[in-house]
Amino acid sequence: MSADGIAAPMLDPVGTSPQATDPIRLHKALTRVWGAGPGLARLSAVNHSTLGLRFMATAAAFFAVGVALAMLIRAQLATPQSAFLGPETYNQVFTLHGTIMMFLFAIPMLEGLAIYLIPKMLGARDLAFPRLTAFGYWCFLFGGLILIVSLLAGVAPESGWFMYTPLSSRPYAPGMGADVWLLGVTFVEISALTLAVELTVSILKLRAPGMSLDRMPIFAWYVLITAVMMLVGFPPLILGSVLLELERALDLPFFNPTRGGDPLLWQHLFWMFGHPEVYIIFLPAAGALSTLIPAMAGRPLIGYRAIVAALVAMAFLSFGIWVHHMFTVGVPHLALAVFSIGSALVAVPTAIQVFAWLATLAQGRPRLAMPLLYVFGFFAIFVIGGLTGVMLAMAPFNWQAHDTHFVVAHFHYVLVGGFVFPMLAALYYWLPHVTGRVAVHSLGRTAFWTMFTGFNVTFLPMHLTGLLGMPRRVYTYVGHEGWTTLNTISSIGGFVFAIGLALIAVDVALQARFGRRGGVDPWETGARGVGTLDWAMPTPPPIYGFAALPQIGGRADRLDPRAVGRALAAGRGYLGFVRNGWQETLGVAMATGAPEQVVILPRATFLPLWTALTLAVAVLSVLGGAYWLALAAAVGVVGLMLLAAQRAGLEVDHPLLPVGQGLSLPPHTQVDGSPPWWGLVFTLVADGALFASLIFGALYLRLIAPGPAAPELGLPALGWLAAAAALVGPLATRGALAANAAGQWRGPWLGAGLLGALVAAGAFAAMIATAEVDPRAHATAAVQAALVGYGALHAGIGALMLLSAGLRVRGGYVSAARRLDLLLCRLWSDYAAVTGLLALGLALALPLLPQGGA
Amino acid sequence: MVAGSAVLTAVVLTPFALAVLRPGSLQGVSTRTWIVGGGLVLPALVLTPLLGWALVAGERMQPGRGDALRIEATGEQWRWIFRHPDAGVETQDVLHMPAGRPVEIALTSRDVIHSFWVPRLAGKLDAIPGRTTVLRFVADAPGTYEGVCAEFCGLDHAHMRFNVVVHAPQDYAAALAQAAKGLAKDAP
Repeated sequence: MSADGIAAPMLDPVGTSPQATDPIRLHKALTRVWGAGPGLARLSAVNHSTLGLRFMATAAAFFAVGVALAMLIRAQLATPQSAFLGPETYNQVFTLHGTIMMFLFAIPMLEGLAIYLIPKMLGARDLAFPRLTAFGYWCFLFGGLILIVSLLAGVAPESGWFMYTPLSSRPYAPGMGADVWLLGVTFVEISALTLAVELTVSILKLRAPGMSLDRMPIFAWYVLITAVMMLVGFPPLILGSVLLELERALDLPFFNPTRGGDPLLWQHLFWMFGHPEVYIIFLPAAGALSTLIPAMAGRPLIGYRAIVAALVAMAFLSFGIWVHHMFTVGVPHLALAVFSIGSALVAVPTAIQVFAWLATLAQGRPRLAMPLLYVFGFFAIFVIGGLTGVMLAMAPFNWQAHDTHFVVAHFHYVLVGGFVFPMLAALYYWLPHVTGRVAVHSLGRTAFWTMFTGFNVTFLPMHLTGLLGMPRRVYTYVGHEGWTTLNTISSIGGFVFAIGLALIAVDVALQARFGRRGGVDPWETGARGVGTLDWAMPTPPPIYGFAALPQIGGRADRLDPRAVGRALAAGRGYLGFVRNGWQETLGVAMATGAPEQVVILPRATFLPLWTALTLAVAVLSVLGGAYWLALAAAVGVVGLMLLAAQRAGLEVDHPLLPVGQGLSLPPHTQVDGSPPWWGLVFTLVADGALFASLIFGALYLRLIAPGPAAPELGLPALGWLAAAAALVGPLATRGALAANAAGQWRGPWLGAGLLGALVAAGAFAAMIATAEVDPRAHATAAVQAALVGYGALHAGIGALMLLSAGLRVRGGYVSAARRLDLLLCRLWSDYAAVTGLLALGLALALPLLPQGGA
Repeated sequence: MVAGSAVLTAVVLTPFALAVLRPGSLQGVSTRTWIVGGGLVLPALVLTPLLGWALVAGERMQPGRGDALRIEATGEQWRWIFRHPDAGVETQDVLHMPAGRPVEIALTSRDVIHSFWVPRLAGKLDAIPGRTTVLRFVADAPGTYEGVCAEFCGLDHAHMRFNVVVHAPQDYAAALAQAAKGLAKDAP
């Protein structure tokens, strides 16, 4: 067993030895390796169980703030001409209510649930990039705190959660509120993107052997599709935020109609994100329903394949219908028809899921437990939200109801019905998993009915308030409009709703503290034929999840968790031992689930915390206008990331590592398709979406935006230098790979690549600095600068990656077998070259294209 | 729409109630019926006529271009300026128009995005800086109709209200002249 020559405390892999390992000894050995340590060392945790819970607890805390803000709104609107809040405060309150609920509650909550559950359901010990999980958490926490503190300081954003330009542009929002929004939300979005990459790779690569894609529990399908949607859906908003911040900070007129910009570009970019966002929020919640409805019904889910197909359809449709949020900006009739039909079509995949759930319940023997009560709440509320959604998809109706309280009522039905109720069902379903305790739910039922009643009393009358003409976002009304009674009813309902939520919090606390021990699989899913691997472990779960990893021979949502859990706890399975103090889990072939590598994960570290803290300093410095400090902090972030890269991987080549069951596999460092490789691939998918959004923006501003004619724009000859230098990277990284395979000196190749990348970055940057037309003068010039800047940024990151690879070559982390660094550099260089040339070409071609006009 | 919604809500909640409260009562319904019937047939039956109605109604809501009376409306924080190019008259926060004749409101904005909405007369349309959007409608009966700004436009968004005074066709010219005089008198 010590074939790799490293002496370390080690237990026998059970598959190869006949006698069972002592479960207690195995538990202690694994806990030593996987644990983060007590006290302050907790902050170094990178484990998915710990961080999943932190995500959910933090999101719940932000939710409480969001609810409190909602109460302020309802108090203000309860009576006409109320003097409770002035418009300055009210505008900040409703802006932050929406922003918090979307970005600090819904998204992190669903991410937390996925982080906590996915490795457990798929039979892995952790996610693919644990340090990234921790980094994502800290980014979320700090971004969220920036927003909350801004509210306490009275400088919160006040332009509404979708920040329409020009209201959010410098002349009409001179304070720092809009900057807080743009930077804070981008911070949180970056967190979300890192987690989307991580979840995608983890689902595709880190599963129990034998778990092919079509054997995965349905929840993993939901999260996979959600994660991919996030990769494509979030970049448009990140681009929009960057462009708007550039406009605010540097006066580049992307959205300014007096200089060739167009405020509608913001709306397009925002809703290209904002519409898929609704489905991104709904799908994981629906995934929880698809998991717990079978458990409640006592029979497997009906229509597994139909649901997967519906999910894919929903993902595609959701990207094609963003314009239905813009029906009142004067959209051409044909476009109206197309987007109306698309919006209505989304009802089909939704209906397929709803009826699959009903069928599962109808053909089972439903158990009247707490989760099922919330499933009822979901059905009742979400269906109404879906119906009003179909109404809003009809343009003539939309022209009346858009931007009124009807819409407010509609999306609360959709989001509370489609997210909050399913998540509460999930809370009651998985709480015994987290706490190890089950409850006698006497308070829970009261809490449910209080909340359910309060919700409907608040939002059902609000449909009518909207149809009677009350616009959204008004801080008061006169009193003669006929809105007063309805508003008072809504306010009373709102407070009942909040009391219900508070009762739920109390109920959960009581259950966690006083519930009786639930043991393994407290819902007895195994006996009902609907067990998943997440229950095949003690509750609360040990930090390493599984003491050994199972072989999956059939659908992974029809297991017997107690039997499986007993075997795994005794170390019977794969990797049922500790080797070299490594945190090991298995990597499998994407589609088939055939085991192909031992993935060695990084241990607990403070690096993610330091990196996120430094990034927070950079963001705060930008907000405070201390640009030099921001630059220094940014350099610090880069340095910390380089440092993190230095610590990854293994220093020597290993022979095949025995994993138990008579099988031996290479470590992931010696496999080309390892998780880091796929991590970069999916990062580039997101980056590509960002680039595509930029191209969309450039063409939109040139071809469609009305406004004054652009000056004649030439690009300096430096462009040729940048283009030539961009091509060095792909050649040099190929040379380095060939030299690496042949055992030759890799340094010169990496040096050449580094030089090429630096020259390209410098030439791109110089093009902006020496542009004939000031980018501030006209949107076409500004967008040229943005395109060239994109090239500069990617060439610069390429240079950093080559630098890091060079350091790692020197450190002994790269060999003919361990060539991951070089593969990553090649992939990035290729991407940077292709997008750099495209960006350059488009920047050159832009002035030749006909200019739009109204 | 309300009745239809009630029926569809019942279509979902009744099976739920039966499945939970009378377990086994729906055992006879096949999987195929559930998924195909509920997931495909039901939406098709509901959505097709609804979309047809929407497309037709959408076209109808934009009446004749030919003889429409053109009025230019400009939004700014936080008021509306209405200009009658034919008469050369400008009014603030009060829009005068004749009954029974299509009007064409050409909307734009001097600062941020606003939205012109008179709930009892027509749907809303945004007033966007740098662009002109056109809303056409007919007011059938004389009277005063309240209008609001429907797009959040900053501090005083709630008070960016206006009135549309619809006159009998024969009174319209006189009323407009009167309004012009009144405005001139009010001017500092």
